[in-house]
Amino acid sequence: MQSFFATPFGTLVFTVGAILVIMVPVLIGVAYLTYAERKVLAAMQLRRGPNIVGPFGLFQPFADAIKLMMKETIVPTGSNRVLFLMAPMLTFALALIAWAVIPFGEGLVLADINVGVLYLFAISSLGVYGIIIAGWASNSKYAFLGALRSAAQMVSYEVSIGFVIITVLLCVGSLNLSEVVMAQQGLWFAIPLFPMFVVFFISALAETNRAPFDLPEGESEIVAGFFVEYSSMSFALFFLGEYANMILMSAMTTILFLGGWLPPFDIAPFTWLPGPIWFVLKICLCLFVFLWVRATFPRYRYDQLMRLGWKVFLPFSLLWVVLTAAVLMAFGWLPGQA
Amino acid sequence: MGVMDRTMRGFFLSELVSGMALTLRYFFKPKVTINYPYEKGPISPRFKGEHALRRYPNGEERCIACKLCEAVCPAQAITIEAEPRDDGSRRTTRYDIDMTKCIYCGLCEEACPVDAIVEGPNFEFSTETREELLYNKDRLLANGDRWEAEIASRLAADAPYR
Repeated sequence: MQSFFATPFGTLVFTVGAILVIMVPVLIGVAYLTYAERKVLAAMQLRRGPNIVGPFGLFQPFADAIKLMMKETIVPTGSNRVLFLMAPMLTFALALIAWAVIPFGEGLVLADINVGVLYLFAISSLGVYGIIIAGWASNSKYAFLGALRSAAQMVSYEVSIGFVIITVLLCVGSLNLSEVVMAQQGLWFAIPLFPMFVVFFISALAETNRAPFDLPEGESEIVAGFFVEYSSMSFALFFLGEYANMILMSAMTTILFLGGWLPPFDIAPFTWLPGPIWFVLKICLCLFVFLWVRATFPRYRYDQLMRLGWKVFLPFSLLWVVLTAAVLMAFGWLPGQA
Repeated sequence: MGVMDRTMRGFFLSELVSGMALTLRYFFKPKVTINYPYEKGPISPRFKGEHALRRYPNGEERCIACKLCEAVCPAQAITIEAEPRDDGSRRTTRYDIDMTKCIYCGLCEEACPVDAIVEGPNFEFSTETREELLYNKDRLLANGDRWEAEIASRLAADAPYR
């Protein structure tokens, strides 16, 4: 059996199997994230949320999926057909390929590449293409406005995310995500770098177009933003992509600040749970905060959003990069120097 | 509030955190909504729902075709035609209510001298087609038979106030 997986064909089979092992739970997670969102929002608004389909409404995501698949895919007359249909696929694919470098446990990673952080950053930046293409190809003013907003917003917040990541990397001394996690043995970066953790989380909200930064969708102003013209599965792919991105950003937060698969304390009752379970638990916590924020805050105005990105987060994170670097140099804590 | 104070509040997210604390408290509060199709809210005896034509306990229909309801109906939703029955009593041959016109004002109920036409407690009578909402006499009498027990208790409960 061992020799089979060493052959080129065996490697292919193994890789496809590994991809499926990652993709299927992620997609189920996405389905149940939509359910969790409805339940959490409902609870915070003193409502019940879906509770009819299956026990506690647990089959609701599947009912929604079947409903969406049954619907007609409408392609507007004035749209660019190819791009219009390509955009949701792009969004969805980009939300999924980033999972290749996410370490679920010690050594449990599909592609243990040395520039994992850079790869993640690049993929999450590409996500804006799906939205811009959708907005442009729809040939509709609402979609176009949504796409423009989204482009500007994602670019603004990527800058501060970049600086936050640099701060973390200064403390780790490696771009490999597994090493980022291992560097947090004993002390998670969320504690010494707490302000950066907050900045990263808020930027992650903006990056995934979540409330209170959901201006690209802005139901009350531009109907549904970039995906107004979409229906059926093309809409579902956008929807899945958005939620997959939320899970991805939560995973990134977990890896960069919450110690990835490491248990909170390195003592007996906490070490009994295997790493991947801790990882999933931490992702769930982040996702809960995503939903919690959505239930709490009203949408930002567009100029406030830009002000926050460029006038607050950018200088603040830049200052913190300098500060971290200075502290690391002054005390000789730079990784690789000790 | 000074500029400094405001900036510091903004920077330490104190207001945002207090807002999130509020939503978290609400998260654990009991729900205020009822589980609608399985649980229903209380309904007043004066609730004006779906119409019904009542019968006397011996099975004789109450309506005497006086057409007061038809005359009083502000939406002109009621259409009545009448002629003497074989035994000589005056009865309707046609009693239609266009439920798409009806405004549920309850004037027909007020006008009726024999408590024949009433608005019952039922509010769940949505249909898939418009035609199903054009009620005829059979439909209204069937409603009356179906809801009689509740209608009678509602009338009894409301009687002291009339």
